[in-house]
Amino acid sequence: MHTGPIRNLMKALGVALLGACRDLAPIVIVIALFQLLILRQPFPDLVSVLGGLALVVVGLSFFVVGLDIGLFPLGETLAEEFARKGSLVWLLVFAFALGFGTTVAEPALIAVTREGARAAAEAGLIENIPAAVNRYALHVRLTVALSVGVAIVLGVLRILRGWSLPMIVVGGYVLVMVMTFFAPKEIVGLAYDLGGVTTSTVTVPLVTALGVGLARTIRGRNPLTDGFGLIALASLTPMIFVMVLGLFVH
Amino acid sequence: MEIFLDPMKLLLATAKDVLPVLGLLVLFQMVVLRKPLPRPGRIIFGFCLVLVGMACFLGGLDLALFPVGRTMALQLAKGAQSGGREIWAAYGWIYLFAFLVGFSTTIAEPSLIAVANKAEEASYKAVSSLGLRIAVALGVAVGITLGTFRIVTGTPLYIYILAGYLVVAIQTYFAPRMIIPLAYDSGGVTTSTVTVPLVAALGLGLASNVPGRSPVLDGFGLIAFASLFPIISVLGYAQLVQWIVGRRNRKR
Repeated sequence: MHTGPIRNLMKALGVALLGACRDLAPIVIVIALFQLLILRQPFPDLVSVLGGLALVVVGLSFFVVGLDIGLFPLGETLAEEFARKGSLVWLLVFAFALGFGTTVAEPALIAVTREGARAAAEAGLIENIPAAVNRYALHVRLTVALSVGVAIVLGVLRILRGWSLPMIVVGGYVLVMVMTFFAPKEIVGLAYDLGGVTTSTVTVPLVTALGVGLARTIRGRNPLTDGFGLIALASLTPMIFVMVLGLFVH
Repeated sequence: MEIFLDPMKLLLATAKDVLPVLGLLVLFQMVVLRKPLPRPGRIIFGFCLVLVGMACFLGGLDLALFPVGRTMALQLAKGAQSGGREIWAAYGWIYLFAFLVGFSTTIAEPSLIAVANKAEEASYKAVSSLGLRIAVALGVAVGITLGTFRIVTGTPLYIYILAGYLVVAIQTYFAPRMIIPLAYDSGGVTTSTVTVPLVAALGLGLASNVPGRSPVLDGFGLIAFASLFPIISVLGYAQLVQWIVGRRNRKR
């Protein structure tokens, strides 16, 4: 009776393991080539690095399979349901919650905000104690999540109203440059990078489901061209919001 | 090292990170839509997998990808400082390393392959899937390479970003309409969960090992470049295709 689901799970895990290995393989190959041909130096802590790589591969595949069986089906049906339902207020509330919630759980964002906070602590911008570093990392992460929530709301409104994407993006570029002028120098680099970090494993599938679902339910919209563009906005707003945070923190 | 010292603590911290998503989805399902949760056992099991996976992943990052990025930056920077050449030219191996990491991690990225195939279909084969993938991979590779060059020379980040934005704005005006949303999105999609931490560590490590650079001021920007340059290269590729098609039609 129970062999079916378990076999399916094992198969999914196997596929995910292969996927994670494929993600990691180019990096390992390039680094190995450099070590063997150019640097020719003993690599420090090789055993713990290999153990860590194994953990990364296993962790990533568990994560992806877990998302596939638990969160994605629920999120996707919800996204379609809200896109079809027609209540604008609830749709926007859901869009914000989706952007915010998925970004908070984005592993790459957690990793980079931690590194950013450590760098800030080493430079003496914040106290170099774990509590202060964690608090700073959390504040930056919540700010990014807030900004992605706003970006998704803006993107949904754009799809509904048919606003021009280039106009919004170029407007965003101008805002980024204006904020760069006012923000403290120490946060600008981190803010720029966070734009690229926010949208990956958790956010992209769910946000794309919302965009495509919306574009499909509105007549005269093309799911391909209108479904895209949400991610672009979600990579733009974090830069602006994190620089605003910088004004308050530093 | 956190994962060996205190796996429970790491698991709890991860739970705090992932619980909000689950909470929100369940709330919307039950309170707003007033529908029962479909297959709750499955959802809880998936959630447990997500938790364990994320804890392993973050622990593994601290053990492997972060130190490796730093070590590569340290060893390559040390090699560069032994020669007596001009400072920016001595870091040739760093640029090659950055280029190869950028190109190789992007070209085989599954989400990019999916998007490129869709674009080929939508454009009736005017845009080829492989051409698009090469364009994006070259964009990421050039972006990360230029980012390391910027860290070595210490020029301000915003000048590069401003110049990049201007190029994107001008290209947007001339490029075929259909490709624009796709090009804008390609910047955000390509940097995978494994590549981002390594590249971030490479930048920070480089900034702490090149004399006169500070990690906070100079160490960032690689990921920003890796998200900006694919937009330029994809728009450029679309313009090139448009130009070739236009010339062929004129000849006929």
